[in-house]
Amino acid sequence: MGDLVRTETIAWADVIPSPVYLDAATAAPLHPVARQALLAALEDGWADPDRLYTQARRARQLLDAAREATAETLAVRPDELSFTASGTTAAHGAVLGGLAGRRRSGGVLVHSAIEHSAVLHAAEQHVARGGTAVEVPVDRLGRLDLDGWSAAVAGPGVALAALIAASHEVGTVQPVEAAAAACTDAGVPLYVDAAQMVGRVPVPAGWSVLTASARKWGGPPGVGLLVVRKGTRWESPWPADEHESGRTPGTLNLPAVVAAAASLRAAAADAAAEAARLSPLVDRIRARVAADVPDVEVVGDPEHRLPHLVTFSCLYLDGEALLHALDRRGFAVSSGSSCTSSTLRPSHVLEAMGVLSHGNVRVSLHAGSTEADVARFLAELPGIVADLRAQAGVVGL
Amino acid sequence: MTTPDGPVADEHHEILDCLGQRCPLPVIALARRLPELPVGTVVRVLADDPAAAVDIPAWCRLRGQEFLGTSPGPAYDVRRLS
Repeated sequence: MGDLVRTETIAWADVIPSPVYLDAATAAPLHPVARQALLAALEDGWADPDRLYTQARRARQLLDAAREATAETLAVRPDELSFTASGTTAAHGAVLGGLAGRRRSGGVLVHSAIEHSAVLHAAEQHVARGGTAVEVPVDRLGRLDLDGWSAAVAGPGVALAALIAASHEVGTVQPVEAAAAACTDAGVPLYVDAAQMVGRVPVPAGWSVLTASARKWGGPPGVGLLVVRKGTRWESPWPADEHESGRTPGTLNLPAVVAAAASLRAAAADAAAEAARLSPLVDRIRARVAADVPDVEVVGDPEHRLPHLVTFSCLYLDGEALLHALDRRGFAVSSGSSCTSSTLRPSHVLEAMGVLSHGNVRVSLHAGSTEADVARFLAELPGIVADLRAQAGVVGL
Repeated sequence: MTTPDGPVADEHHEILDCLGQRCPLPVIALARRLPELPVGTVVRVLADDPAAAVDIPAWCRLRGQEFLGTSPGPAYDVRRLS
């Protein structure tokens, strides 16, 4: 019996490869520096930083240091930066607060068609309450229609413009500085969702409001950043609260904030080297998937793109089945296909680009991603796709 | 791309009823049927899965077939070009 068990164990070890996590655009694995800072801050930073005793003063020191370090990394003033309970909360605050602060100028929000759903949901609430939203299209590569954008922000009654700095779904980097120049000409503040850029690539200039999310750079979940530049009209959309300069309600998860700040500094220090390491791996995925998998559409801008993210769609395949098949082989990826979403709608980003939405896979790399991981993914993907197509009876269509 | 009454009332029509089918099934049905029909034939795909609105035009582009437009139904008209 003992021999049998041992034999099985050895056999399984041969069959099941170590898992390869390729969904950093959702959440990167916790950076070692984040883990270290989190554990230290759990010991040292549990008290309420607003109270007037020794433990609180220690917590206040930690929060102030976290804010200063993060502001320095982003090249902003510490008092322009607020920590929030998530990237989503930060995005909601950016949109609704930016609109509220400029309600005397009008009720129009201009945004790209490929914003994160958090921004679009805030826009929906704005419209439901009587406001207006103007959506600016993108082309097939996911690039903003700059002429359309410039015309839209110059229209009457525009209170705020929102642009995702780089697409979280397809990796296309947007012409933020040109879009910002159009906003400046029109006297409209620009909110930039930089969730996929902060800690990875330099954030373009010209914005008035910026948000990011710590788990995208290897910080813990449950920490967002909301930056409101001096002179920007922004008014909290939340019930009055004193935390974080009144920009976001509730007590912060201070140990997580400290971990987020420490890991951002570490990620930013390595960002250029990491981008130079990951970008050729993404190039390789783009080229090899297109060459080795029949009937596949690799989407997103091939040049102006994030260094760590690539998306493709496999004709005739169910995205959910593809994700499960990849998971069984140890690959964790995400998908914009409708069958993988709770709403059963295809990704609005793929829809706006007019690219195939079924059989969609997004691969996103992180500091722990190795060339061997990518090589194994590329070696196994064609067979996985072929098997699923054979099972579905769609070979040769 | 959208026309109010369906763009091809006078042309030969083949209807593929994919109502109730989830993507990618409507696209698969189209890919199976279209090559069996003469070049120039127009197929109308009835599909209520929201992904069909994205994927049928995208399939036409990838396969070099002509996407004619969308009509209420929702119905998607595709002409075989090759």
